[in-house]
Amino acid sequence: MINPILTAHGLTKRYGKVTAIEDSDLDLFPGEVLAIIGDNGAGKTTLIKALSGAIQADQGKIMLEGNEIAFNSPIDARKYGIETVHQTLALSPALSIAENMFMGREILKTGLIGKVFRKLDKNKMRKIAREKLSELGLMTIQNINQKVETLSGGQRQGIAVVRAAIFGTKIVILDEPTAALGVKESRRVLELIQEIKLRGISIIIISHNMPHVFEIADRIHVHRLGKRLCEINPKDISMSEAVALMTGAMKPEKIKENNR
Amino acid sequence: MKYKNFSLKNTLSVLVSAFFLLNAGSSVAASTSVCLITKDATNSFFVKMAQGAFAKSAELGVELRSFAGKYDGDHETQVAAIETCVAAGAGGILLVASDTKAITSSVKQARDSGLVVLALDTPLDPIDSADMTFATDNFLAGELIGQWAAKTMGDTSNAKIGLLNINVSQPTVGVLRNQGFLKGFGIDIGNPSKWGDETDSRIVGHELSNGNAEGGLKGMENLLAIDPNINVVYTINEPAAAGAYQALKALGKEDQAIIVSVDGGCPGVDNVANGVIGATAQQYPLLMAALGVEAISNAVETGQMPSATKGKAFFDTGVGLVTGSPVSGLDQLTVEEGKNLCWGG
Amino acid sequence: MNDNYQLNSVFNYRETLMSKAKNYIQDFPVLIPFFILLSSILVFGLLVGDRFFSAFALTLILQQVAIVGIIGVAQSIVILTAGIDLSVGAIAVLSSVVMGKFTIDLGLPPEIAILCGLLCGTFFGAINGVLVAKVKVPPFIATLGLWMIVLAINFLYSGSEVISAQTLSTEAPLLQFFGNKIEFGGAIFTYGVIFMLLLVVLMSYVLSQTAWGRHVYAVGDDPSAMMLSGVNVDRTIISVYAIAGLICAFAGWALIGRLGSISPQAGQMANIESITAVVIGGISLFGGRGSVVGTLFGALIVGVFSLGLRLLGADVQWTYLLIGVLIITAVTIDQYIRKEVSS
Repeated sequence: MINPILTAHGLTKRYGKVTAIEDSDLDLFPGEVLAIIGDNGAGKTTLIKALSGAIQADQGKIMLEGNEIAFNSPIDARKYGIETVHQTLALSPALSIAENMFMGREILKTGLIGKVFRKLDKNKMRKIAREKLSELGLMTIQNINQKVETLSGGQRQGIAVVRAAIFGTKIVILDEPTAALGVKESRRVLELIQEIKLRGISIIIISHNMPHVFEIADRIHVHRLGKRLCEINPKDISMSEAVALMTGAMKPEKIKENNR
Repeated sequence: MKYKNFSLKNTLSVLVSAFFLLNAGSSVAASTSVCLITKDATNSFFVKMAQGAFAKSAELGVELRSFAGKYDGDHETQVAAIETCVAAGAGGILLVASDTKAITSSVKQARDSGLVVLALDTPLDPIDSADMTFATDNFLAGELIGQWAAKTMGDTSNAKIGLLNINVSQPTVGVLRNQGFLKGFGIDIGNPSKWGDETDSRIVGHELSNGNAEGGLKGMENLLAIDPNINVVYTINEPAAAGAYQALKALGKEDQAIIVSVDGGCPGVDNVANGVIGATAQQYPLLMAALGVEAISNAVETGQMPSATKGKAFFDTGVGLVTGSPVSGLDQLTVEEGKNLCWGG
Repeated sequence: MNDNYQLNSVFNYRETLMSKAKNYIQDFPVLIPFFILLSSILVFGLLVGDRFFSAFALTLILQQVAIVGIIGVAQSIVILTAGIDLSVGAIAVLSSVVMGKFTIDLGLPPEIAILCGLLCGTFFGAINGVLVAKVKVPPFIATLGLWMIVLAINFLYSGSEVISAQTLSTEAPLLQFFGNKIEFGGAIFTYGVIFMLLLVVLMSYVLSQTAWGRHVYAVGDDPSAMMLSGVNVDRTIISVYAIAGLICAFAGWALIGRLGSISPQAGQMANIESITAVVIGGISLFGGRGSVVGTLFGALIVGVFSLGLRLLGADVQWTYLLIGVLIITAVTIDQYIRKEVSS
């Protein structure tokens, strides 16, 4: 049996009196695309924020490849090869594409000028950014020095996904990557996700878009009322059943009966 | 994210109210108590004044409370201080007013409640709003340095005069010194209640110094940009004079101009000694404060109010002309005499 | 038909020229203060004549803005992070008092005293940074509080007493280092002025060419995006305020050079004046946009207006009036640019 690459067990996070997630579990297996679906306010975003180090859970533990780990900040999660594309994208609008791609992991010039004067190697960063963007088929952007604020929503999403793809060596987490996009742009982002998967990287994706979820997910984690309700195989279930599970209109036991 | 909006929205409104009130030093009421309210607690003139008042009250066994505005011009704090003194049942108030007109209503309330109010250094407007005023004759102070400058030059027809005044609101003290200086120098001053209306071509310009070295320096630089050959410089006080000297020195022109000033603080007298300032008219804040404390204590015990100097509307605490190069025909103090009488460290 | 065509093309041409100019200004917003500076120098040169248009008067402006210019660099990096620092002037003055009193009263060698003064500035700057980053006090409030605290320490420690130029020049001429000058023709460049110019160059390099510099912009642009993209936001903010404090301490040292003496009463308006220079220079109060070169231009514009109007014999209130107009214009332009960009 294959062991999960990432496991969360009993994660709880409260904001004052509001409980965002309670005793929540999650399993992610190597090389798979795991979709998390759930109603608004079910705690999906809180769950993945805890997995990406953006917040710290009050209780519970996270295991990466069998070892327990604790993330105090997104910086820690990145050190373990976990990259996240947040709903907000976490891009600085006034900075260029290249600058955003390398934010926090800038490349310095070699030699004295880099060591003493801390000079950035802007050319190298631009070159890598351009290569990676064309590698992942996003070279509709002509100018790598363009400020992010001049890009369309789809292009920005693309930049954020490519950034995660470049640096994510183990896991890439995406929160609603297609929510704000048109049909064409959504398609492009889904293709990007497939390409990341082909590199052997495990993926967690949150989405409300059932056709997208059923197209790319290997397994679906249904989140309801702050915890995992069940895990399902998209081949075993219809979209409307998935929605029924999410909203509580159907109990998970029903699926097994149906399949029987 | 949150602080972004905050900083912009509230910047101006809070800046305006940012300078806030400051009350310094107070203690439990004794038999007679006296309040000293000065313009600010940072100018060494007022620091010395407070020292003089504390020394005298200790001697007389009177309790002294000292108050000060946060900065020169802080009217609200002075009003609050007067109210506090009335509430505390003080016998009298020694007041160096920031706003000589606006404060009079508060002063009237205090006097109506039976307190003796004496103005120190700065007369109220009108002057009889206070029971008595203990002050330097600022016009005379200006006149003395004006006369000294004219006599030092001899022939004043080629004089090029730069004046470094206090600030744009033309407070009485600044006007009196400025106009006194010009009259003493022999210039027609026109309306004596304002500066800047003179037509004499020997005047290069009036600049503002805010009475500090930074302002004196900048004002002098501006004057020198207007006319680089200025040879007589009037300054509102000695810090401004030091700034003016610095500006002249930066251009190697420190020997071309005579600088005169008013105050007689110890650093100022030192500057007379080392040639930065030609002559300064010295005033006596310690004496003002000591006389004031004595007068209040006396008035509370005997009901006797102090009387004005003959021929003046106020009690003149005197002014001395301190210079290292005396001229004939004027009463002058040597630098040593000036040092013995000076105030401030 | 033909006419119409031509008309159209002229119209299009004009439109593209307009939008080109607009794009250019959006890419290089520093052009606006630069043109205001140039044209104000020209206008005053024409109105006042040689007395203004002389090497002496023009370099005098540099000397008069040197302190505000240096403090303006500190204010710039803080405002780039969407913060504000009201304590700049107080920190500068206290640092200068520390340098003076440590030398004259404690008898320390001037080099050590200067080092202590610089440390003092950095220390109080870092306190601002910790309050803003860790305690989450809004920058306006944190630095308002520290402004008053530092000013009070300044007056308590100095006893409001001036250390005279004569004392300093005999006992510690090193403190007056920035008052030294280079002259050629009528032009006078004090070391303080040269320091300001070098500081602007250095800070421009740091802001554009180092990771720290890019993080300063990014923090001001969107701190949560920064945090999520793995930059230590708190550390960046604390370092910005600490470096601002250090720069203010240098400004305090330069202030000694300019005044010759050490005056605890100096620099009281430096916070307002530096914010004015920053805003006129085109740095956005919302953070993330603008450059220190703009701040230098902003400070120079104020200097040109004040000296020019004084030489014209105008009432000093006209200076304030025009500077007020400039501030509001600058912020309006910033709002316009931001709106254009986000739409």
